[in-house]
Amino acid sequence: MSVITYRQALRDTLRAEMVRDENVLVIGEEIGVFEGSYKITEGLLKEFGPRRVKDTPIAEEGFVGAAIGAAMLGLRPVVELMTINFSLIAIDQIINHAAKIYGMFGGQTSVPMVIRTPGGGGQQLGATHSQNIELFYSFIPGLKVLAPSTPAEASAMLRAAIRDDDPVLFLENLGLYNSKGEVPDDYAEPSNDTVATIGRAKVTREGGDITLIGYSRMAMVAAQVAEKLAEEDIDVEVVDLRSLRPLDRQTFVDSVKKTGAAVICEDDWLTYGIGAEIAASIQEGAFDYLDAPVRRVAMAEVPMPYAKPLETAALPSVESISTAIKETLSAVGKRVG
Amino acid sequence: MSEIQMPRLSDTMEEGVISTWVKNVGDKVASGDVLVEIETDKAVMEYEAYEDGYLVKQSVSEGETVPIGAVIGVIADSPDAVPEDSGDAGSDEGRHAEPAKEEQAEKADEIKEAAEGSEAEQAEEPAPAEDGPRPRTSPLARRLAREYGLDITRIKGSGPKGRIVRADIEAAREGAARETPHEVEAKEEAKPSAERAVSAPAFDDGRASEELKISNVRKVIARRLTESKQTVPHFYLRRTIDAEALKAFRAQINGQLSSTGVKVSFNDLIVKASATALKLHPAVNTSWVDDKLLQHHRINVGVAVAVDAGLVVPVLHDTDKATLSEISTRTRELAGKARDGKLKPQEMSGGTFSVSNLGMFGVDSFSAVINPPEAAILAVGAMRQEPVVVDGEVVVRNRISLELSVDHRAVDGAVGAAFLKDLAEILEEPMRIIL
Repeated sequence: MSVITYRQALRDTLRAEMVRDENVLVIGEEIGVFEGSYKITEGLLKEFGPRRVKDTPIAEEGFVGAAIGAAMLGLRPVVELMTINFSLIAIDQIINHAAKIYGMFGGQTSVPMVIRTPGGGGQQLGATHSQNIELFYSFIPGLKVLAPSTPAEASAMLRAAIRDDDPVLFLENLGLYNSKGEVPDDYAEPSNDTVATIGRAKVTREGGDITLIGYSRMAMVAAQVAEKLAEEDIDVEVVDLRSLRPLDRQTFVDSVKKTGAAVICEDDWLTYGIGAEIAASIQEGAFDYLDAPVRRVAMAEVPMPYAKPLETAALPSVESISTAIKETLSAVGKRVG
Repeated sequence: MSEIQMPRLSDTMEEGVISTWVKNVGDKVASGDVLVEIETDKAVMEYEAYEDGYLVKQSVSEGETVPIGAVIGVIADSPDAVPEDSGDAGSDEGRHAEPAKEEQAEKADEIKEAAEGSEAEQAEEPAPAEDGPRPRTSPLARRLAREYGLDITRIKGSGPKGRIVRADIEAAREGAARETPHEVEAKEEAKPSAERAVSAPAFDDGRASEELKISNVRKVIARRLTESKQTVPHFYLRRTIDAEALKAFRAQINGQLSSTGVKVSFNDLIVKASATALKLHPAVNTSWVDDKLLQHHRINVGVAVAVDAGLVVPVLHDTDKATLSEISTRTRELAGKARDGKLKPQEMSGGTFSVSNLGMFGVDSFSAVINPPEAAILAVGAMRQEPVVVDGEVVVRNRISLELSVDHRAVDGAVGAAFLKDLAEILEEPMRIIL
């Protein structure tokens, strides 16, 4: 085991997949000569040349469409969208083409492509560049949406996404790129065939008092919350969703059946957000096990402010999540600090 | 707008008294501000606001007692907000299950309206039984009540707005066997004081009596010590110690500590010596609970403190590991908190042995009532000069009388006597206190 950043896990895994399979190519803005806005494609142009590392104009609809075509003809393109906010320009290609072609044409061709893209606020990038709109894609049958929260998960899930025959939206997060974690020693080996199973959530910390559910950056924050509350003798079970579509309801429903209470934390907006789906699934799957209403902690219902104090206030935090947990626990008669 | 409910502040708390409102109606409140001081069965505790806003209503006035979950006040976004009358408890549960607090008031109204609509559509649901609306219950509590065969309408809820939660079902199930007398007592207690006042003449009987208002601490003392004297078979061991060496030892220690401001009392020395003796006699550091004998691995000595509200026993956790100056400082701190009614429940629980000292009142010796579930309590009398025979001659020595009350279910006479012997010898050779 070695400890590396999320960024490096992605970069090295992407490279390993390109070595393993010559059909894998990368395409996007500033990914070649500039080596990626977030340096995930560092060194790839030099190693694999311009045929497999395609710098594109600022034209998301065009290059996503080109990647769909390439995938239909047997290549395995990995598209980089500089941020998920720019996917809006390509949303027709993603929703109406990538997600539909396999079904609409009777299964004649699959679309084995990956769209890598970071979401996330907290970087003072303003309202249009700080959104968490993975919900749009999680809503669409025909797409798979993965949201790893650690370097090891990022590596295993990127490998799975590239080898999967369906279009995958691979959600990264600006707030996770520099986070560190352990990875297996062979994570960057082209011969590594350990792939994550798509569509499985994971209990990343066991606990008996309450279930805390998150994904992507919020799974990391959830782990911090659990750590902090453990000092106050509050025993939090953490579930990392990992895959937003398919959604693994069983794992979090089982967890809530055990603990009797749940809090969901999400970087997106509360109203109609991912947490709404999770909360609905909990009441469908674990109604008779709930001892308190399910709570959601999400971003404030505003376009993201630029000013740092306002931006910080708009995002869910260890403190706001801890408060929701304590309120929920006090409602079920568990004594809290 | 959000309602503040009587919180559950200790494991045994069923109701609380609003001791003091720290914030007045109209005051601005920030999350973390102390809103109100609440007297539980064990202590007066500060209760903080969980969110920002204005206190727009105090639903319960100072001195009033309400059950856990009862609404005690309302916080709103604006100081002018008019709180809804929350009197119709039982009607809107589940409709807008605690809307997230980011919601603006108007949005909450929208949600409520929409939800009311859907409620109306579902009106074919079986009407509630004629004996009133279904009690608020969590789904989990309902399922468990079904499994245990408990009648949910007979269970008191401790959650928000009196919601019955799992903890209540578990408590009801555990208590099912011995509940009957308890329940009667609880009902008696729950009677409003006015009602009780009416019956006062019945026990007056020519003595010109008047019923006094009693504190929760008083109620707890009455209940627990009755339980102790009625169910714990006490036996008593007496022994008088020679306190000359202890006196000299204390003077020496305090001389050395003089620059620190710490002053070790005789009681501190006795507390520490008790911990040392308990270490030698783990059989005394035990509890007899529900036909089980528990061996405690921590030595936590409680110190009885008399305060205005009554007797409280703050606990010095891990007394055996604390130094004399730590014991002295901590005891003073806890006694101060006790006088201010600020002891937290955890500062009064977990004791494995108690020391009660009435020496300062000139009491020669006394027999203390055991503080359950502890197995023993040491009663300490005043230090007195007495003539004693030493080496064949009558001399005057300072002596202290000790009396140990012991729970015979947990500890036999010989075991208790051996403990008291070692305790006495430690106090007579006080260097052993700190060895």
